[in-house]
Amino acid sequence: MATQPQIQHPNKALGYAARDPSGLLSPFNFSRRETGEKDVAFKVLYCGICHSDLHMVKNEWGFSTYPLVPGHEVVGVVTEVGSKVEKFKVGDKVGVGCMVDSCRTCQNCAENLENYCPQFTLTYGAKHKDGSITYGGYSDSMVADEHFVVRIPEGLPLDAAAPLLCAGITVYSPLRYFALDKPGLHVGVVGLGGLGHVAVKFAKAFGAKVTVISTSPNKKEEAIQNLGADSFLISRDQDQMQGAMGTLDGIIDTVSAVHPLLPLIGLLKSHGKLVMVGAPEKPLEMPVIPLIMGRKIVAGSSIGGMKETQEMIDFAAEHNVKPDIEVIPIDYVNTAMERLHKADVKYRFVIDIGNTLKSTS
Amino acid sequence: MAKSPQTQLPLKAFGWAASDTSGILAPFHFSRRENGQNDVTLQILYCGVCHSDLHTLKNDWGFTTYPVVPGHEIVGVVTKIGNNVKNFKVGDKVGVGVIVESCKECECCQQDLESYCPKPVFTYNSPYYDGTRTQGGYSNFVVVHQRYVLRFPENLPLDAGAPLLCAGITVYSPMKYYGMTEAGKHLGVAGLGGLGHVAIKFAKAFGLKVTVISSSPNKEDEAIKRLGADSFLVSSDPAKMKASAAMGTMDYIIDTISAVHSLIPLLGLLKLNGKLVTVGLPNKPLELPIFPLVAGRKLVGGSNFGGIKETQEMLDFCGKHNISADIELIKMDHINTAMERLSKSDVKYRFVIDVANSFSSL
Repeated sequence: MATQPQIQHPNKALGYAARDPSGLLSPFNFSRRETGEKDVAFKVLYCGICHSDLHMVKNEWGFSTYPLVPGHEVVGVVTEVGSKVEKFKVGDKVGVGCMVDSCRTCQNCAENLENYCPQFTLTYGAKHKDGSITYGGYSDSMVADEHFVVRIPEGLPLDAAAPLLCAGITVYSPLRYFALDKPGLHVGVVGLGGLGHVAVKFAKAFGAKVTVISTSPNKKEEAIQNLGADSFLISRDQDQMQGAMGTLDGIIDTVSAVHPLLPLIGLLKSHGKLVMVGAPEKPLEMPVIPLIMGRKIVAGSSIGGMKETQEMIDFAAEHNVKPDIEVIPIDYVNTAMERLHKADVKYRFVIDIGNTLKSTS
Repeated sequence: MAKSPQTQLPLKAFGWAASDTSGILAPFHFSRRENGQNDVTLQILYCGVCHSDLHTLKNDWGFTTYPVVPGHEIVGVVTKIGNNVKNFKVGDKVGVGVIVESCKECECCQQDLESYCPKPVFTYNSPYYDGTRTQGGYSNFVVVHQRYVLRFPENLPLDAGAPLLCAGITVYSPMKYYGMTEAGKHLGVAGLGGLGHVAIKFAKAFGLKVTVISSSPNKEDEAIKRLGADSFLVSSDPAKMKASAAMGTMDYIIDTISAVHSLIPLLGLLKLNGKLVTVGLPNKPLELPIFPLVAGRKLVGGSNFGGIKETQEMLDFCGKHNISADIELIKMDHINTAMERLSKSDVKYRFVIDVANSFSSL
């Protein structure tokens, strides 16, 4: 007999869940586990809405199970810590990102690359080691092993910090790993959404010159005046793209729709790097000759490990890298999802869970 | 009045050239420049037959100008040097590879990366500064700027060493650049031809474990018994590849295949952070799945032969480790048959033309 979500675990929880691939979210009573000796439990104050949440509630990737409580940009204040917890105490401001567990024994885990562990546990829509389903941050509380919890430093407002936990690390990690974090480099960012706008901010903080590459001409002024980008290319304008050939040391490509790689490879200088962080569901065409002629690379990257996530948040606090957000009440979430689908947000919705998700009982 | 190939330049030369897209080579009288102050003249002894020669002869890439004398794996003996030439003397055994000139001023040239110079002059089928077009090593002699001439190690056989000048550097350079030199790591070599077989030899010299990935099951015995590969994976059945124990086991792959092929099965063979380096030149884009790149932080990179300094380093490495190509030596009049066989991959693993013994002295 399947255990009801409300009574599976001892601690009552309230969230918003999608019940089917329509993706419509509504209140959902469930439960969280007892705070274990290594666990940190916290009251959720804010949760960012990631585009992955939209893909998952609609089962676009084919592995969603319902009811699904999304949310992996979760920020809150600690309410309880287990007896063996060393890094956190009650009252600390903390966050949880895309993972809540990994095998902890493989080579990747040992090297702080939990995000590449073949057995990592997603914050929502996955199975814990005990077989129960993971529920994400569109909820009033969370509990996670302290290894997967990060501290939110003083200088960062909690609502703006939330998107760093997925969008932030997803662009920070490849900027570091592919050495695009050196001052004076010229970095391109394709796509100006949740990931793209944070990539611009990090790249500027690293001292790079930044060019935004986008299909939307109306984003140009924003990109330059507000985000600090140095220039803007409309990807469908062949003359503009042609004029910028061979100028970029690297490109972070955040676009997950299918799109041509040839013009982007052409924008790279020789030895340049095109790093994909969006994952189009169909293979793309990769022209080999420009890659060979310029010894260029096309690579991918996926979020980041826990150590790097903490490093990224600390860097963001120190260098004032704050995502641009639109704070919404929980009952706006379905409208927000519709607007997100049309890319109608500058640049991340963040749900004010603390003030608007209240039990009706 | 346009000058004919024979009279364009002051020195008479003789070689074999193709005159049209049939790619059929035939005797051809042309001319070369005088040996200038910075030049080295070499009498050609051997010239390797590279697959690029075949592509060029048939205008597969669309930029061939006929008549063209191919050949960029040239080994010869110095017969003349210019006044400014200090590193070579008459009688030296030398080689010439894929380029004979570059701008010398750009960032790439200044970093000994002439293969990435935006204005390279290739050994054949390229416009040269004097308005003529370069002609390659299927000929009796060539005049080359000293910077682009390589010293041939004493102990390397001249005939089997010739393919190193293109095939050799084309796999050596990316193996160094992409860090495929750590003893104990696992390298996949996709394609077992001129490039592939030399990659195996370098890999074994670096102490790597090697798996050959090939569509020809009949190459397995050779690959393992003679070339020293550790294992062999047949790529013609993608489902079988996907199910094989080799998935996710390779640190890197050198992809030497020049036919159009999907990268999906090859990427699956790589470990986390694995690198696939493509050195073959397919004439259409390849199918690249993005999800495995993102989920495994993998990369696909390109590489284009190598700079002169690195080519010399590679030759010296081969001299030290006794590495040379496995060749089939032919006379020039056999070249058209050789090209047909090459188009069917029917050679183990490089034809080399015995140029000196093919031409009667002029």
